[in-house]
Amino acid sequence: MNTPSNLKYTKSDEWFDPATGAVGISDYAQSQLSDIVFVEILVDEGEEVTAGKAIASVESVKASSEIYAPAAGKVSAVNKGLSDAPETLNSDPFGAAWMIKIEGGSAGEVMDAAEYEKYCEGRSH
Amino acid sequence: MTYIPISPAERDAMLKTVGVKSLDDLFEAIPAKHRFPDLNLPPALTEMEAGAHLGDMASSNENVREHLISFLGAGAYHHYIPSVVDHILRRGEFYTAYTPYQPEISQGTLQAIFEYQSLMTNLTGMEVSNASHYDGATATAEAVNLAYAQFRGKRKKIVMSPTVHPQYREVIRTYTQAMGLEEVGDDASNHEVTPEAMISLIDESTMLVVVQYPDFFGRIFDYKKLIDAAHEKGALVCVVANPTALLMLKSPGEMGADIVVGEAQPFGIPLWYGGPYLGFFTTKKSYVHKMAGRLVGETVDARGNRSYVLTLTAREQHIKRERATSNICTNQGLLALGCSVYMSVLGKQGLQEVANLCYQKAHYAAAELSKIDGFGLCHVEPFFHEFVLCCPKPASEVNQYLLDNGILGGYDLGKDYPDMQNHLLVAVTEMNSKDEIDSLVEILKEMK
Amino acid sequence: MATVIEPTIFELSSPGRRGVKMPASDVPTTALPPKELLRSELPLPELAEVDVVRHYMKLSSFNYSVDSGFYPLGSCTMKYNPKINEDTCRYPGFLFTHPLQPIETVQGNLALMYEMQEWLMEISGFAGVTLQPAAGAHGEFTGVLMMAAYHKLRGDTKRTKMLIPDAAHGTNPASVGMLGMSVVTIPSDSRGNVDLKALEAACDDTVVGMMLTNPNTLGMFDENIEKVVNMVKDCGGLMYGDGANLNALLGIVRPGDLGFDVMHFNLHKTFAVPHGGGGPGSGPVGVSQRLVDFLPSPLVGIVEEGDEETAPLYGFVTPKNSIGRMKAFHGHFGGGLVRSYTYIAMHGPDGLKDISQYAVLNANYLQARLRDTYKIPYDRICMHEFVMEGRFEGSDIRALDISKRLMDYNFHPPTNYFPLIVHEALMIEPTETENKDTLDRFADALIKIAEEAKTQPDLLHNAPSTTKFGRMDEVKAARELVLCCWLPEGYDLS
Repeated sequence: MNTPSNLKYTKSDEWFDPATGAVGISDYAQSQLSDIVFVEILVDEGEEVTAGKAIASVESVKASSEIYAPAAGKVSAVNKGLSDAPETLNSDPFGAAWMIKIEGGSAGEVMDAAEYEKYCEGRSH
Repeated sequence: MTYIPISPAERDAMLKTVGVKSLDDLFEAIPAKHRFPDLNLPPALTEMEAGAHLGDMASSNENVREHLISFLGAGAYHHYIPSVVDHILRRGEFYTAYTPYQPEISQGTLQAIFEYQSLMTNLTGMEVSNASHYDGATATAEAVNLAYAQFRGKRKKIVMSPTVHPQYREVIRTYTQAMGLEEVGDDASNHEVTPEAMISLIDESTMLVVVQYPDFFGRIFDYKKLIDAAHEKGALVCVVANPTALLMLKSPGEMGADIVVGEAQPFGIPLWYGGPYLGFFTTKKSYVHKMAGRLVGETVDARGNRSYVLTLTAREQHIKRERATSNICTNQGLLALGCSVYMSVLGKQGLQEVANLCYQKAHYAAAELSKIDGFGLCHVEPFFHEFVLCCPKPASEVNQYLLDNGILGGYDLGKDYPDMQNHLLVAVTEMNSKDEIDSLVEILKEMK
Repeated sequence: MATVIEPTIFELSSPGRRGVKMPASDVPTTALPPKELLRSELPLPELAEVDVVRHYMKLSSFNYSVDSGFYPLGSCTMKYNPKINEDTCRYPGFLFTHPLQPIETVQGNLALMYEMQEWLMEISGFAGVTLQPAAGAHGEFTGVLMMAAYHKLRGDTKRTKMLIPDAAHGTNPASVGMLGMSVVTIPSDSRGNVDLKALEAACDDTVVGMMLTNPNTLGMFDENIEKVVNMVKDCGGLMYGDGANLNALLGIVRPGDLGFDVMHFNLHKTFAVPHGGGGPGSGPVGVSQRLVDFLPSPLVGIVEEGDEETAPLYGFVTPKNSIGRMKAFHGHFGGGLVRSYTYIAMHGPDGLKDISQYAVLNANYLQARLRDTYKIPYDRICMHEFVMEGRFEGSDIRALDISKRLMDYNFHPPTNYFPLIVHEALMIEPTETENKDTLDRFADALIKIAEEAKTQPDLLHNAPSTTKFGRMDEVKAARELVLCCWLPEGYDLS
């Protein structure tokens, strides 16, 4: 499992990059969902979001999940190409598969990489 | 014990294995005071008696094959069903199977649905069809659900033509009563509104425009301008279409419709006093994730055989639960199969013949009826196999007079449109011979 | 390229081939509408009748069905579908009546519907029944609409929460979602009952009601059912019963007597309407006195009383506060109501009780035979179905593998991965129409498969191997989304 150390993580498996404001789902989340076939971003550029608000919906062959904002703030960018290539969420969850960027906001309840890894281990049984 | 294949000795052996003394002992978890109620129902009939009893009930009806000449349509149509259709539907392999959750042993059902989807997209000119809905009315309501989900609740206005089937409009009102939607245009007194006049009702908050093709009065409109105008405002358009008419007329897909739904009962399904019927639902590929209902896709199996599976199932209620577009789980599987067999065994040419016969006979009937003193066609627009006849007295009285003469007249439009008391909606299909039409005309000529 | 075992109806098409022909027109010809209103081509297949029959016969041979073997699909009640029902529902008097005919001409149909309403009320202990809903999920939506309308009419607008146990069918929360209510999930306790503490905590004056399947999806009858009902009612909520499992309760207990306010029937499960490869079903809804005025319209009623000499006149009536119409016309009359009416008429009160007693006996017998081999997480006397775990200590075999291997023994697998609260769930519902030999063969096969899981696990991983088709690539289907086919390229469309 890949867990970049520069990112923050939520209990619902989103990652948040404090440096850029980018948001996505973790490697753990994509492997649990397995083959992702659909993603829909539920917020528009310029919209204000609160931490915990649903910002995207993801469907795989077997499961469906909502993705929540890990931080509050204004949506400064939306990855518009993602819905045409949902499989990117499986192949590059921390890179090309970023979902939105949140600007000027404060992070909600987040963990650092080490804490998150431990948290995931605790769930794998 | 009608269908229970267990002998008393086997029952006792099984009870012993379970570790209880009697069948009643299996039900101790049930509150004693409510356990084993006496049901006040008639005593059991044997198969012979049940057949006779049901036969009596059935024959106390007057039906449109043996007793009545019918010109009644209004959403359910009497068409010829080729013999092959029921022979296939009576195969236990089809009708006693469940939803194809185990694709390895359900390829018959799966390929049949895939073919049904293909027949429907080819007919409507759309890109995607689901495996069907309960009927035309609920399919239309599901179009509203799709539009609502597509705009994520940000648009809440429906522009509804008053010449969509009245019961379909009622069902939509039932379905959406808690969604906080605004519905405009659905005004029974404004039934002469043209598609072009509806354009002014569409704005940036409109999620869906719903029209019928041909409309409830049988009129054929080209909705292209209306659809273009709706698209300019970002709204979707749903066309409720009659499948028999689509065999002859320009497809709604060609006009640019986003969703094409309708009642496929005319394609191989008996009148059956209103159901079960078959709601078809087709749309563009870009809306497939918001579409409710089952969907079959092509794939390969582990041995390299082309095969079919239920796909995009994560959209559906069993996974998405309260976030699903709809709670629907089943489709009308067996009737979708019947529809496919009907379309296949008539084939392109046979289907075109059906459409042409409907058109020709309806136009002959309209021409002859409008020659009768006091009667006339109410509309000037082109029509397919149904038209509105203006009568010299209330349609309810005309119908009663016809019924006394063995004819099931048309649909009394006064029931739904207060200013149309003297208006009769007349349907003619390939089942109506020239003699039947002539006798309708003769009888009406003699009406006082 | 994938191997094609049976071409599609489009691939079988050949330009100019004819099937069933229509008679020539017997009326003078009228010109067609203007060209701009006509379609330019009709890309549909062209086949002869024999081509069509052989094609669908071939497809039918790819299906497993109740008529061909044991189908213990939990929660689906795959019982034998009596053949007489296939005849009665096709009597011309039923087949050829139009839904908008005057009521005087269809008294047979209306009498049948009226009696069916009365019978379902008697079987379930309810005060009213609508026959309109087309399927179980449709009936459920109907029920939830009535619950919402009931509170709304009383001005009790703060009620927005629906209580739903964790073992519930997905349709329950989805129906609630269609009304914009929120779902509060109530856990199950260690005996498979509703957790009373959790329920107590959730019960307040914002509760619309509770949707309870009883017996639940573990096949357990809730041992505290009366307490559960009282707690929900005490906080002003309504009690919804999911009738999916009614096959356990006929002549055993009436949901209305237990205090339920509303329940949908699945005529395609309990009352032997064939499942048809996924429908049509039929989902009438029964309600308590509190909700009769909210039933969908129209219902069948007596519009003119009869006397000793004349039968009553049946017609349509509209309840006072009706939620409205749920579908066009009157429900699944022919394919649903006539078949079920025939079935109930042939059973009578004692026959109905036999159905449930033997459905429960068969389930308990299988549970007893499998108890030593498979883990049964909630192990007590079950109702018409039970749930076991499809996994073994120290093995990577999963419920899916066991299911696929059962196909090699010529059985339909049980329901997999449901309910969600059991790991690797295998949910088994034998129904009352299976004999002891079939149940024994099925139990023997499952015991043998458990042995194979230890000694030859690849037999399971690679299963099924004896069926016409192997496991499917579901990812390919979802990614490539080939959802329809067309006439072959270059096909002469003229």
